[in-house]
Amino acid sequence: MNPKRKKILFTIVFTVIGVGIATGLALKAFQENLLYFYSPTQISDGEAPSNRNFRVGGLVLAGSVVRNSNNLNVSFTLTDTMNTVEVIYDGILPDLFREGQGIVANGATNNEGVFIANEVLAKHDENYMPPEVAEALERAGVEHKSSKSQVFP
Amino acid sequence: MWKWITKFASPMHFYLLVNRLTPWLGWGAAILFVAGVYGALFYAPADYQQGESFRIIYVHVPSAWMSMFIYMVMAAAGGAGLIWKTKVSDAIARSSAPLGASFTFLALATGSLWGKPMWGTWWVWDARLTSELILLFLYLGYIALQSAIDDKRTAARAGAILALVGVVNIPIIHYSVEWWNTLHQGPTITKLDTPSIHIDMLIPLLIMALAFNLYYAAMVLIRARHEIIEQEKNSKWVQDLIIDKVAV
Repeated sequence: MNPKRKKILFTIVFTVIGVGIATGLALKAFQENLLYFYSPTQISDGEAPSNRNFRVGGLVLAGSVVRNSNNLNVSFTLTDTMNTVEVIYDGILPDLFREGQGIVANGATNNEGVFIANEVLAKHDENYMPPEVAEALERAGVEHKSSKSQVFP
Repeated sequence: MWKWITKFASPMHFYLLVNRLTPWLGWGAAILFVAGVYGALFYAPADYQQGESFRIIYVHVPSAWMSMFIYMVMAAAGGAGLIWKTKVSDAIARSSAPLGASFTFLALATGSLWGKPMWGTWWVWDARLTSELILLFLYLGYIALQSAIDDKRTAARAGAILALVGVVNIPIIHYSVEWWNTLHQGPTITKLDTPSIHIDMLIPLLIMALAFNLYYAAMVLIRARHEIIEQEKNSKWVQDLIIDKVAV
């Protein structure tokens, strides 16, 4: 490779590495703003903002879903297995909403520490399997939910 | 090996090789696509949670993979064009952009269609979706730059620099679901672990991914061939080619 080409090659390599490092540092600085949601533990540690809306993500605690028979009001508990957050929501829940499912709610905490959601989104995990396999796993008592689920940062 | 590459980089040999290669790639893509669609719609079982809706994965995931892969090809070809000033690599970079943009759009559109019933929203500004949207803008920026500069050499150089700087976005897209809390789920297949997908669902997905790859290979070579023949229209080998064709 002649010296001129070598020089261009090095310039390209250094530019790509340089841009990579700069972007890495910028992303690190904005780390907090890039989080799509907070976990219940982060909220109990006081990391979540108190003066504006934010999102909370966690698993719907089994047996915690209480539906109102007259309207769309629903309340449930979100957990990250360490801490929990009470959520109240008035609206249509997505298809994937169920107990044990990871969900993300947008809203704010009121004075009693209850999270008033104005939007509830279901977070799907990365596991795909036919129903029979899921049933067989359940029968065998195998935890088929992702071991490193995204709801626990 | 090196000799073979330098030979391939000469416009004439590239043209002749592409002519031989494209029917194989094109038919391969078509056959695999039919097999993949059949597998996706009939062979693969429904998902335990999402039911039939999960089948959009067979377009969404290969498109998303292609969107990133094509960008890497575009940047690498652009870089090679900067270093060795080869017309063929510039033509490949330029031909890749609209294909990559289409796959990116397809990934975003199918994801959105799936997101509405499953997540409950068409769009969220989480790290994965946002970085993929930036990828679309990078492609569109590249295409705009190509058509804004009349001189092909200058356009290729400017485009290559844009493409190389934008490479930083590719690992961000891939790792966004691991680095930050996102609504988008983590990787199912591209991780250092056994894929978290049933084998009967995985096989059609891999067939589709291969079909998309062959389709891209065929299309990018055909497009690059057109670029080459247009740029080289005054050279002797193209003139000879035309005379031969007419004579036959």
